[in-house]
Amino acid sequence: MKLTRNKTFKTFADPLWQNNPISIQVLGICSALAVTVQMNTALVMALALTFVISFSNLTVSILRNSIPGNVRIIFELSIISTLVIIADQVLQAFMYDISRQLSVFVGLIITNCIVMGRAETFAMSNKPFISFADGLGNGLGYGGVLVLVAFFRELLGSGKLFGYDIVPESFYAAGYENMGFMLLAPAAFIIIGLLVWLQKTIMNK
Amino acid sequence: MKPVKNFFDSIRPHFEKGGRFSRLYPFYEAIESIFYGPDHVTRQGPHVRDSLDVKRFMTIVILALIPHLIFGIYNTGYQAHLAAGLPLDFFPVFTLGLWVVMPMVLVTYAVGFFWESLFAVIRKHHISEGLFVTCMLFPLTLPPTTPLWQVAVGISFGVVIGKEIFGGTGRNFLNPALTGRAFIFFAYPAQMSGDKVWTATIYNNNAAVDAVSGATPLAIATLTEAPERIEQVLVDSGYSFSQMFWGLYPGSIGSTSAFLCLVGAFILIILGIASYRIILGGVLGVLMTGWLLNLLAGGSSLAWLTLNPFYHLVMGGLAFGLAYMATDPVSAPDMENAKWIYGFLIGVLTVLIRVFNPAFPEGIMLAILFMNLFAPFLDYFAVKTVCKKRIPNV
Repeated sequence: MKLTRNKTFKTFADPLWQNNPISIQVLGICSALAVTVQMNTALVMALALTFVISFSNLTVSILRNSIPGNVRIIFELSIISTLVIIADQVLQAFMYDISRQLSVFVGLIITNCIVMGRAETFAMSNKPFISFADGLGNGLGYGGVLVLVAFFRELLGSGKLFGYDIVPESFYAAGYENMGFMLLAPAAFIIIGLLVWLQKTIMNK
Repeated sequence: MKPVKNFFDSIRPHFEKGGRFSRLYPFYEAIESIFYGPDHVTRQGPHVRDSLDVKRFMTIVILALIPHLIFGIYNTGYQAHLAAGLPLDFFPVFTLGLWVVMPMVLVTYAVGFFWESLFAVIRKHHISEGLFVTCMLFPLTLPPTTPLWQVAVGISFGVVIGKEIFGGTGRNFLNPALTGRAFIFFAYPAQMSGDKVWTATIYNNNAAVDAVSGATPLAIATLTEAPERIEQVLVDSGYSFSQMFWGLYPGSIGSTSAFLCLVGAFILIILGIASYRIILGGVLGVLMTGWLLNLLAGGSSLAWLTLNPFYHLVMGGLAFGLAYMATDPVSAPDMENAKWIYGFLIGVLTVLIRVFNPAFPEGIMLAILFMNLFAPFLDYFAVKTVCKKRIPNV
């Protein structure tokens, strides 16, 4: 059987494009506005969320038959918050600067609608491995949009990528200016909107 | 004119559906309608109820804006010569103004037309005359020192994000010219605010540039602290009330002259283009808020509070915004009561932003955009009120 026809692969690939959590489902917008001023923070956030969502899916899926239905939300939340605390502590230990820039937003992964939504709608009714693949796909789908938005915001807003100057000095000498608007949160809204537009145009072809 | 008509008729099949150049139909339509009135009717807003169609509607607005453009050109040159200490003869002043302003206008039209025609071809709608009004308004609201590439970025944003993505003229809920201006206001604050941008500089060997600070009356007013009175400080800086009324002071290119705005508003109202309800509502809003603040002024260190509210009307772009931008038929509400409230709140918000937010010396842009968002809401309630009154009579 070809890899692309495999059900697990489809579960993994679907949220990358067809059913992207940000650009199609419009979930997790809040953190997408907050952490996309720089590529660094966006990338770290994307990885942290991918870690949390895939392992929360895995854990929830393993325990799904022993979780009582009426207290399942508490269960899911405690699993997710454990993972978020792990991610937060790792960031504080090894990437202190970035952890400070992300400030409260790593902790707020716990309230990210994507994580909760996948645990509730997918992991609770699917086997562990495929749930893990779904979490990985959703995390990367979210992360991909985040990094793309951060790319435009950092490039246009401060002329840098990953903190390195990209726009040559001669541009500034010729009168080029960084677009201060890109550093404000509304810019992320506009860029996400344009990305949604682009994606819908391609998908409708 | 018969041969012209025959010519258009003979090439028309090529541009219609199934023809060789059917993708280019909007261009054909645009050129044909320069010569002949179109035979189709308006199917989407702004709706009008007589022979006045969108085309003539928009053309009259452009005609009303021409004096602003000419005066803006003169004023730009005048301020530049004044700042550089050069003689103020008419012709050199006007030529310099032309040299500064015309490139901005041309860039705006070229870029705006490019986007409009691109969308017209892809989305198969007409090239709308609304674009020409947008492109005329946009450079008039900019400081004369705005770099041309920023003008291009601003009008691109205004036309594409402010208008085209919602479906073109008649479907935009924000005024496209103001959307573009707001965008570059936040994107390039260094070129859009401060004291240095309002006077074009001349690079001349024997003239001292920067000799005169180009602070606008609004900037001066913001810096004034009570117990000094803004009126007095303005006179000391050389801006009397009558000078601000006639408009010969540094500011955005076309929006300094309250007198021309008054004339323009008068023409537009007489011809049934602009709504007098919005304009009067706005003026009332400004005056009443101004007087209310005067009552509250006692002992505060904010000099703005004691300002005679008539000064609000002549300073900066308020008159221009009220006459030409608040009355944009697309983004303003349609119901008559709603128009009064809409105009009134624009006036109130403008004064509040000017007085209480020193970061934005000019409040009219944000006030109009804010109220544009509320226009459908106001319409909704106006309709509800009318229905409520009618139902008992049915």
